[in-house]
Amino acid sequence: MSLGLTSYGARHVQAFLASLGRLARSPFSTFLTLIVIALALVLPLGLELFVTNARLATGGFANAIDLSVYFKTDVPLAKAEQLAKSARARAGIAQIDVISADAALAEFRAYSGFGAALGVLNANPLPHVLHVHPASDAESAASLEALRSYFAAWPEVDVVQIDAQWVTRFNAILEVLRRLLVIAAAILGAGVVAVIGNTIRLEILNRRGEIEVTKIVGGSNGFVRRPFLYAGILYGLGGALLAWGIAASAIGMLAAPVATLARTYGSRYTLVGPTAQDLVLLIAGGVILGWLGAWLSATRHLRSIEPRA
Amino acid sequence: MIVFDRASKRYPNGREGLSNASLRVEEGEMVFLTGRSGAGKSTVLKLIALLERPTRGTVVVGGKNTASLAPRHIPAFRRRIGIVFQDHKLLTERPVFDNVALPLVVAGTPLKEIDKRVRAALDQVGLLGKERALPLELSVGEQQRVGIARAVVSKPPLLIADEPTGNLDPDLAVEVMRLFKRFQEVGVTIVVATHDVHLVRELGLREIVLDHGHVQGADIDPLAGMIATR
Ligand SMILES: Nc1ncnc2c1ncn2[C@@H]1O[C@H](COP(=O)(O)OP(=O)(O)OP(=O)(O)O)[C@@H](O)[C@H]1O
Ligand SMILES: [Mg+2]
Repeated sequence: MSLGLTSYGARHVQAFLASLGRLARSPFSTFLTLIVIALALVLPLGLELFVTNARLATGGFANAIDLSVYFKTDVPLAKAEQLAKSARARAGIAQIDVISADAALAEFRAYSGFGAALGVLNANPLPHVLHVHPASDAESAASLEALRSYFAAWPEVDVVQIDAQWVTRFNAILEVLRRLLVIAAAILGAGVVAVIGNTIRLEILNRRGEIEVTKIVGGSNGFVRRPFLYAGILYGLGGALLAWGIAASAIGMLAAPVATLARTYGSRYTLVGPTAQDLVLLIAGGVILGWLGAWLSATRHLRSIEPRA
Repeated sequence: MIVFDRASKRYPNGREGLSNASLRVEEGEMVFLTGRSGAGKSTVLKLIALLERPTRGTVVVGGKNTASLAPRHIPAFRRRIGIVFQDHKLLTERPVFDNVALPLVVAGTPLKEIDKRVRAALDQVGLLGKERALPLELSVGEQQRVGIARAVVSKPPLLIADEPTGNLDPDLAVEVMRLFKRFQEVGVTIVVATHDVHLVRELGLREIVLDHGHVQGADIDPLAGMIATR
């Protein structure tokens, strides 16, 4: 049964298949371990997906970035409308609404609860205002600034305000979440190492007799450790694939309701699932953590098993 | 091949398995270790295979002082020794084939070669056809022979056997001893611990007699082990 492999390669193949076979022979406990690992891996992945989706979704909301252009109080409505008209011709502007001082006051009366108090005013103190929605290709800080100075340059304009505070705040929240993701990944990664390390430790204790005999006939620590390292790698790999499956099906289940929700905001946003890059990262992470847990555990516990005849 | 110089082994519980023992086994020699139960036969074999280290004195095997062998060299050292255990030490969950193949597998022998040599070894102990059986499905004598096949499969230059015929009927016992003799004829050094004085006498080979951890007939002279012959 020559596989055309060097004996070194063949030994690795043997050890790998032996480890795989052993895991397959106790499917229930293997599955339990995989679930624990998958849960630890799926949490950072879920957080990552949340941050990604939140970012993409608010990219769609960015037309919520408005400029409010307040005219001086002595500027007549006709002048404001004429200026708005000329501004509409400018690039980088999606829409301009003219809010007259009267409309603003009426709205203020209706919503502020100061209706009665405002009744004693005999002149409207509010100015006419333009609500400017930048075009979606003009949302960068630089083009917003250009728009601001365009309006500010008009002599009739009192002040221009960019209503982007909530976007800034939202981005700050995302940044906090991203940090949280890193912390969660570190903690849960350590958890994966511990879970796999402990599983390997139990496996080593279970197979103590076999290990002793292998050492008696001249098996090196490296030889004895090899199948346990493969077991660790397989646990990590299996856990990663399971985590990916969990994340993908969670996204699948959320897709329809999220789309419905987005439609109520007039958005056609759809959820983004885990990408191929996420999968690669997840697998690499799982494999490395699995190997590390197994290595730490096997190196520590195999040394204590010395054959006694 | 093997030199014990005033070697003592005191077990952690304080029992002295071997006291101040000096003995010598030449390369290519086949010797018997005899003595009553508890005399220290297994202790001598364990010291040879580096399963224990002497608490005093020195044990030199194949030119190497076992006390100063670095841990990383121990596997290679053990690969040059075939060991038959009194209690077989088989992997009970693995079939006969895997048990016998183990010394070859750890040495990185190609698979094709392993197959051939395992069959040859099983043939020599009369167990060809039992490759797929589990050790516990075999009689105790058959298990013992699996242990013998495992000890000889890698053709080690040194073979040590602890009561290899303890559970065999007289014919099989003689058969196993003849097998060992054939190995000796091709240059293998062999040390066999046994109670079976009749068999030893029949073969007419050198005998090292142990008594309460002492080599009988030896005095404090370290070279005395050489003449602990009958
Ligand atoms: N692991 C051990 N721990 C403590 N004492 C031990 C150990 N192994 C052997 N002894 C003691 O060392 C002495 C020699 O034991 P050993 O096993 O070498 O005898 P033996 O000649 O092989 O006996 P048997 O013929 O019954 O196999 C005995 O008194 C035994 O009690
Ligand atoms: Mg004994």
